[in-house]
Amino acid sequence: MTRIFVPKDAAALALGADAVAKALAPHATIVRTGSRGMFWLEPMIEVETDAGRIAYGPVAAADVPALLAAGLLTGGEHPTRLGRPEEIPFLARQTRLTFARCGVIDPLSLDDFRRHGGLEGLEKARAMGRADTIDTVLKSGLRGRGGAGFPAGIKWKTTADAPGEQKYIVCNADEGDSGTFADRMLMEGDPFCLIEGMAIAGFAVGATKGFVYTRSEYPHAIAAFDAALSVARATGILGPEFDIEQRVGAGAYVCGEETSLLESLEGRRGQVRAKPPLPAHKGLFGKPTVINNVITLASVPGILRHGHEPHQAIGYARSRGTMPIQLAGNIRYGGLFEAGFGLTLGEIVNDIGGGTRSGRPVRAVQVGGPLGAYFPPALFDTPFDYEAFAAKDGLIGHGGVVVFDDTVDMAHQARFAMEFCAAESCGKCTPCRIGSVRGMETMDKILAGVAVDKNIALIRDLCHTMKFGSLCALGGFIPYPVMSALEYFSEDFRRADAA
Amino acid sequence: MAGNEAWNEERAEAIVAARAGQPGATLPILHDLQAAFGCVPAEAMPLVAKALNLSRAEIHGVVTFYHEFRRHAPGRHVLRLCRAEACQAVGADGLAAHAKSRLNIEWHETTADGAVTLEPVFCLGLCAVGPAALLDGEPLGRLDPARLNAVLEPLS
Repeated sequence: MTRIFVPKDAAALALGADAVAKALAPHATIVRTGSRGMFWLEPMIEVETDAGRIAYGPVAAADVPALLAAGLLTGGEHPTRLGRPEEIPFLARQTRLTFARCGVIDPLSLDDFRRHGGLEGLEKARAMGRADTIDTVLKSGLRGRGGAGFPAGIKWKTTADAPGEQKYIVCNADEGDSGTFADRMLMEGDPFCLIEGMAIAGFAVGATKGFVYTRSEYPHAIAAFDAALSVARATGILGPEFDIEQRVGAGAYVCGEETSLLESLEGRRGQVRAKPPLPAHKGLFGKPTVINNVITLASVPGILRHGHEPHQAIGYARSRGTMPIQLAGNIRYGGLFEAGFGLTLGEIVNDIGGGTRSGRPVRAVQVGGPLGAYFPPALFDTPFDYEAFAAKDGLIGHGGVVVFDDTVDMAHQARFAMEFCAAESCGKCTPCRIGSVRGMETMDKILAGVAVDKNIALIRDLCHTMKFGSLCALGGFIPYPVMSALEYFSEDFRRADAA
Repeated sequence: MAGNEAWNEERAEAIVAARAGQPGATLPILHDLQAAFGCVPAEAMPLVAKALNLSRAEIHGVVTFYHEFRRHAPGRHVLRLCRAEACQAVGADGLAAHAKSRLNIEWHETTADGAVTLEPVFCLGLCAVGPAALLDGEPLGRLDPARLNAVLEPLS
């Protein structure tokens, strides 16, 4: 029977992919895949024909009889026919390295994985030895994709050099930033890639055990990754030399901070630890630990497979390689766009994202999750690069880009930032624990038009204290959305006052 | 919705014992308890503390730190509505207000007939298809008041 590929990605499921798969099942062999990451086209199905795969989307279960009548099984003409998926401009413009297999292969088929270059990176690492593996990662210029952008090779080398019999690899899959879903997509669409990256890291630093800490809000990613772990164990990819265990978070945003994550893994409240000691010296259960984000670890197999040079050759300034940019919020073409660093924010939002879904003008773009700054279109010339965003008091974080149209009230967004921080603060340091609550109260006064000038001055002062006095990035960066809202959209803070 | 078994000390002890030997077992045990009972029952906390050689206060501290752990069993269905920025940008605040008014409950409350518990969640990773929600663990995208009504209708 003809094979039809139907995504099982959570976002495709949210739009009815299961019903489509069910309707197609009597007529074809259904292969469930991850998503290609073009969510305005989901559920997007692909039919295997003599001319390669032909995509159709968005497809509803009710469309199936008409599609079959139109010759779906041989790639027949239909209003939802998109042609070859690789030729869809949104995909054709990307540099898909880390996400090359996502949406293409059956995520749980090791044969598919191998056929698309899987495990070649691990084999090369073993052949070249530990020191050269770390050296390759160092030379590639790979920086942590979780947000901080710290060079991965340095973390690895520090952990490798730290004395100790027991070492750990910890993968941070606590992808809590609104506007981000790259970790989720990879774990659902190509989980073996993460397993391979962790196995390489384990080999390089001499760790025999890895933990993946996945957020509980991702039930489908958790199930997909557990299923992949079972296959990897049954086939000897994981075993006594290196094994991985998945642990599930419990709804605390702060556990995405690496020391808080370690506390949580150890079974405690996710309260931030002071650094030093670095996790590379004293991490999980006090042992030397590499802790990297999902995408960082998933980038490693490709770097080992192709050498450090291709990775180093792509990018912008000190940001090397590709970044899965996640287009979210009020955006026409929402999805995952993997490209070398350096695209401008305007290119990302307007050219690639197509502006807002509502059709109204873009007013603000929050990059980097709840701790990221709100940029107005006046800053659209900013290149997507760690340093370029930092220079404008923003951050790229984990690569989420959330677009808002002109109906947004930015004073309300500033209040939300403080409310979020108050809800999610771990309580360890005073500027974050108390500051966020006072910030929320002060924003309420501003929104009510009470002594607005005085209270804006207070917010600025409070943000300064939180930025420089907090122990981790939660309290330290929440001033970015607040201050950027105040800087670029100050009129919204005076609406109640003027009324 | 799976779970929501009535309290049973033997059952709870078996759940705790199954994982007590793992390093850092607290969260996995609490998840398993919640999967069975729909919440982490107060009666279970001393059992966890004893098995892990921790104080009751420490277990209480962990349970109350994490938003996910409930102290009371939820209704027959749990609707987790995303409140984060990407969903806000496409109308999540209005949708939340609609959900509360239609169900006549606030966040974390359960409808009078015990059918639906409404919980806020900060991001489901469905940020390009918002407003998003999980209903009994199944994802829902591009929700609006009408679609939400259609989803809730058969539940009440």
